[in-house]
Amino acid sequence: MNVVVCVKQIPDPADPGALDPNTKTLKRDVKLILDESDSYGVEMALQLVDTAGGGEVTLVSMAPNSEVGGLRTALAMGAAKAVLVSDEALAGSDALGTSKVLAKAIERAGEADLIITATESSDGYTGTVPEQIAELMGLPSITFAKSIAVEGGTVKVQRQTEAGYDDVEAPTPAVVSVTAGVVEPRYPSFKGIMAAKSKPVDEVTVADLGIDASQVGWAGAGQEILEIAAAEEREAGTIVEDDGEGFQKIVDYLAELKVI
Amino acid sequence: MSAKRIPGEVDPLDVLAIDSLLSDEELLGRDTVRRFVADKVLPEVGVWFDEGRFPAEMAKEFGALGLLGMHLEGYGCAGVSATQYGLACLELEAGDSGVRSFVSVQGSLAMFPIWAFGSEEQKTTWLPGMAAGELIGCFGLTEPDSGSDPGSMRTTARQDPSGDWILDGTKMWITNGSVADVAVVWARTDPDGPDAGKVRGFVVPTDTAGFSAPEIHRKVSLRASVTSELVLDSVRLPASAVLPEVSGMRGPLSCLNEARFGISFGACGAARACYEAALEYAGQRVQFDRPIASFQLTQRKLVEMMVAVQRGTLVALHVGRMKDLGTLASPQISFAKMDNVRMALEVAREARSVLGANGITTEYPVIRHMNNLESVYTYEGTNEVHTLILGNAITGIPAFG
Repeated sequence: MNVVVCVKQIPDPADPGALDPNTKTLKRDVKLILDESDSYGVEMALQLVDTAGGGEVTLVSMAPNSEVGGLRTALAMGAAKAVLVSDEALAGSDALGTSKVLAKAIERAGEADLIITATESSDGYTGTVPEQIAELMGLPSITFAKSIAVEGGTVKVQRQTEAGYDDVEAPTPAVVSVTAGVVEPRYPSFKGIMAAKSKPVDEVTVADLGIDASQVGWAGAGQEILEIAAAEEREAGTIVEDDGEGFQKIVDYLAELKVI
Repeated sequence: MSAKRIPGEVDPLDVLAIDSLLSDEELLGRDTVRRFVADKVLPEVGVWFDEGRFPAEMAKEFGALGLLGMHLEGYGCAGVSATQYGLACLELEAGDSGVRSFVSVQGSLAMFPIWAFGSEEQKTTWLPGMAAGELIGCFGLTEPDSGSDPGSMRTTARQDPSGDWILDGTKMWITNGSVADVAVVWARTDPDGPDAGKVRGFVVPTDTAGFSAPEIHRKVSLRASVTSELVLDSVRLPASAVLPEVSGMRGPLSCLNEARFGISFGACGAARACYEAALEYAGQRVQFDRPIASFQLTQRKLVEMMVAVQRGTLVALHVGRMKDLGTLASPQISFAKMDNVRMALEVAREARSVLGANGITTEYPVIRHMNNLESVYTYEGTNEVHTLILGNAITGIPAFG
């Protein structure tokens, strides 16, 4: 079974990023790493291929400056190869533009039984790319998967809900977005790190994918960022001394939040 | 863990930006081990230390990560650079010196001699299982009466007319001894035999009759590590048990050089962990209505610790680069082992003083590292022996032996 995983390479959340005041977007000229929320999809894809007893995991990513840092991490985990789209024309792409590029890159990656994504990236958080990819490719889309099994030509998904999960099925190929935290991503082993050095990364431009540059980046963006502002400082919490009735205060507080 | 950094300012945990000297691949490997230690070692190691045990099941986790014999090529080993191996040792020892010792002994002392001096049969029999952590190895050189002067060993190996070897003697302070499946034992051959009394290495399955490995208890250092005595009571081995490609003290000493190299990085990890604990504590501990980090005496301690850790890490990295280039000389390994372990011990003691009374409990990592480092100061060539190796290197006059 062949699985394509869309992975995003993002600025390291441990180093506070900066917003470019001119473009009003996140500065991405720093070293990029694998978005942690994509590591779950990579792990799930590797497990699916292991279970199937054959096939490979291919990564698809769109990043500036030919960045492969995050791809190497996923290749070291066990993915076989990657398609990287890197092109100056992509700067400023909105979610739909990104989806158009990724859809073409997925086609370039070869025949896939399944396309896995995260539910949302850790830097952009639009959470709309997986469904847009599915629509553009004319494929079924299942979101918020907590487990995935492929049997015959059917993908069976436990789709996470607020109350538990729904069992959902679709014919393959399909686009499935994976909820963060549902599997434990493996560590990239040292053998994997050594092997990753020679795994192929197919770097392509927008033109290579047959996309008109006017359809992506700032030129093709259907959205405009009008203003960026600092988030409000978080308010200080309330400290309550426990006079023996502390439990009641907690219960009252949770009731006020309507969580109990 | 890397602290939040303000753009344009320095990282308090890497003031000289030593990370910028590492390749992406080295950073990926380093960060993976760091995460592994944070996930699997740090939450448990205080308990292992208190209970005086090392969980054998960790061996397979180390194996899965590729840490065991990672700098060797083939036979299931990852074949990474010496620098990458050193960086892994650094991160493991930031967890605990006992944990790093397990990996050092397995890779550098048990697997390395089989890999470097063993027969093809010995390599294929032992190395893949050892790389996977399914088989544990130990290294028997030191004896109760033979430490810094290993050439004075009393363990003997005599070959009987059938070709079998018979080993007799006692080895002491052997890491992993009681949990090992295989021991690489160094013994002196018969002066009148074909090896003319030279020291030879033997691959000894620990279930061989006459072999036993009682554990040494009552340690207050390296408690999360198994330390044993090896008793060889007429241990009969086939002729094929000898390591064919080496004879004389060059064999064990080349293994020690491998392990010492890893220790020079590892000590920086222990020191860094102590510095980080002290830095965090000093920022939180309030006395006289101010965090103690605001006092000049404490700031000086923190800065001295930080400078020492950074300097030691640069030394280790330099030595690692030389080893990868194939230019590293033995006295240079002595420099790094001697100075970095001494540095780490001083940093641990200074950190302990910053933590005050809290510094003496295993609730915090500092005294655990401090106690461990007392062993690291002595094993793999004592501080004194490395000093004299360097003394010989710069004067041309050996002061020992």
